[in-house]
Amino acid sequence: MTAHTSTEVSVKKNRSDALIRYGALLALLIFLLLMLLPFFMITINSFKTESEYLANGPFSLPSGFDLEAINTTWALTDYSTKLINSLLISSSTALLAVTLSLFNAFALGIGRIRGRTFFLLFFLMAIALPPESLAYPLYYLFNQIDLYNTRLSIILITAALHTAFGTYLLSSVFRTFNQDILESARLDGCNKLQLLLRIVIPLSWPTLSVLFVFFFIWTWNDFFLPLIFLISNDNQTVPIAMALARGERGMVITTQSAAAFLGVFPAFIFFLLFQRTLTKGIMSGSSK
Amino acid sequence: MAQNVFLSDKNQAQPQQTKSYKDSGYGWFLIPGISIFLLLIILPFVSNIGISFTKWQGIGAPEWIGLANYQRAMGDAVFWASFKNNLLLIIAMTIIPTIIGLLLAVILYDFISQRLGTGWASFLRAGFYLPQIVPIVVAAIVWKWIFQPDWGVLNSLLTAIGLEAWTQNWLGNARTALPSVMLMLVWFQIGYPLVIFMSGLQRVDPQVYEAAKIDGANWFQTLIHITVYMIKPEIAVVVLTTTIAALKTFGPIYAMTSGGPGNATTVASYFAWKNFFEISNVGYGATMATVLTLIVLLMTFFFIRAQNQQEED
Repeated sequence: MTAHTSTEVSVKKNRSDALIRYGALLALLIFLLLMLLPFFMITINSFKTESEYLANGPFSLPSGFDLEAINTTWALTDYSTKLINSLLISSSTALLAVTLSLFNAFALGIGRIRGRTFFLLFFLMAIALPPESLAYPLYYLFNQIDLYNTRLSIILITAALHTAFGTYLLSSVFRTFNQDILESARLDGCNKLQLLLRIVIPLSWPTLSVLFVFFFIWTWNDFFLPLIFLISNDNQTVPIAMALARGERGMVITTQSAAAFLGVFPAFIFFLLFQRTLTKGIMSGSSK
Repeated sequence: MAQNVFLSDKNQAQPQQTKSYKDSGYGWFLIPGISIFLLLIILPFVSNIGISFTKWQGIGAPEWIGLANYQRAMGDAVFWASFKNNLLLIIAMTIIPTIIGLLLAVILYDFISQRLGTGWASFLRAGFYLPQIVPIVVAAIVWKWIFQPDWGVLNSLLTAIGLEAWTQNWLGNARTALPSVMLMLVWFQIGYPLVIFMSGLQRVDPQVYEAAKIDGANWFQTLIHITVYMIKPEIAVVVLTTTIAALKTFGPIYAMTSGGPGNATTVASYFAWKNFFEISNVGYGATMATVLTLIVLLMTFFFIRAQNQQEED
């Protein structure tokens, strides 16, 4: 190929390249709009009156900022209580699960006690375990010890399940812990508890906080076990309440939209708060 | 999300060999974790298997009936229908999102991130990921509202564009109920493979693409022979974790269809839950839970083994 034609070709190529990349961008933006449409629909329709919805349909923008649907659903589901329950359950579960994972991983990852491969395999299988296979015996057990239908029951169970994941993850992080630091702490006469509290925890704080955020959000999103273990109104979490709201009397098309909106809203807040942590965490498994 | 734990740690630094030191005293730290594990996971897990060999209403003493529940399950059309529906959910949660996610990841990586800057790519990625952040049951509530027969968004849309004949009770019709749930699940799942694949693509050396281009490979050939090959570990993890998620699906079925109409949308997990808590057929519910668990654990086991073998090669 001569120099002359190759320039011509590359100019043409650049033009068609530009066309392709802006075409791709446009196509992706249209697809993204379609993907986000459900969120947009529940947002606009949660701020309409029922009569406005019935008159103009779901696609018209709300004529004002009507809070009737939100207020009705808020009162009907006792949303404030559900928010407090969800916050309380999710943060307690995350704290307990991080603590238990930390202890386990300290023994398995830092201490490298005998049989650690067996323990790790055991925790790995527990990560995949369907909660269906634990549900009824747990239900029976917590009934026996009078803890059924308490927030504590779901905190303990969910923390135990999340600990399997946390132990596995933290153990593999701790395996690469700087041995020189551990060694010099030992030489300085640090006992195991001091080693954990003064060396391991401060140095692995970023990993622990990512783990906490993950556990918090997983617990917040959980449905199967909380549905079984939290049956009274005072104990239920946001997702359970929103799923059960449909059956309540007085639910109409706009309040149903509001129930969806109130379920989505906290998740969006968490996304904004934790976006960096979450994307970092998503990458953590596959980073170089 | 962080089910990425299944991505092997082959990329991480190998542990430094430690000098021998007294490692006594660490075992104590396992006691709280192991105790809560024994009580809340091992004990119930073993009990559940035990219950599956009994006839039990949840009160009184369970009656040992050996394998009778399993024999009954083999001949139970609803039992099989549940697993058939789970297979369809695998299409909706694993196969379709993996393909769409792969295409989106490649387009975002090739056309957007490389040539228009990472800002656009990050923005689009975050947008597609958005459905993943809401609780799955809340996503189901959103879509139940969209599918609402009288005033719902979908039927309103169809009416508005002159396709009124197509409107129907999407979740109340045995033919359309499961496909409707599947549509919601595809929407929910797309962001997960996309995000994992995009991070996997960063591992691929751009020179490989250059070499392919020089060799005259077209876009599609590059996608199949290079991209898919290079991010195989990520694809495997996405397929495993989403297949397990599809097998465990409960919330969307509970919130959208309650397994109906009839048993048209019932799944393994819903079948077990119903037997446990709705019709007090605890032994039979435990049978379903045991079968489901066996399938999930076997899949996980073989996946880990395959991955270890690949690492040894």
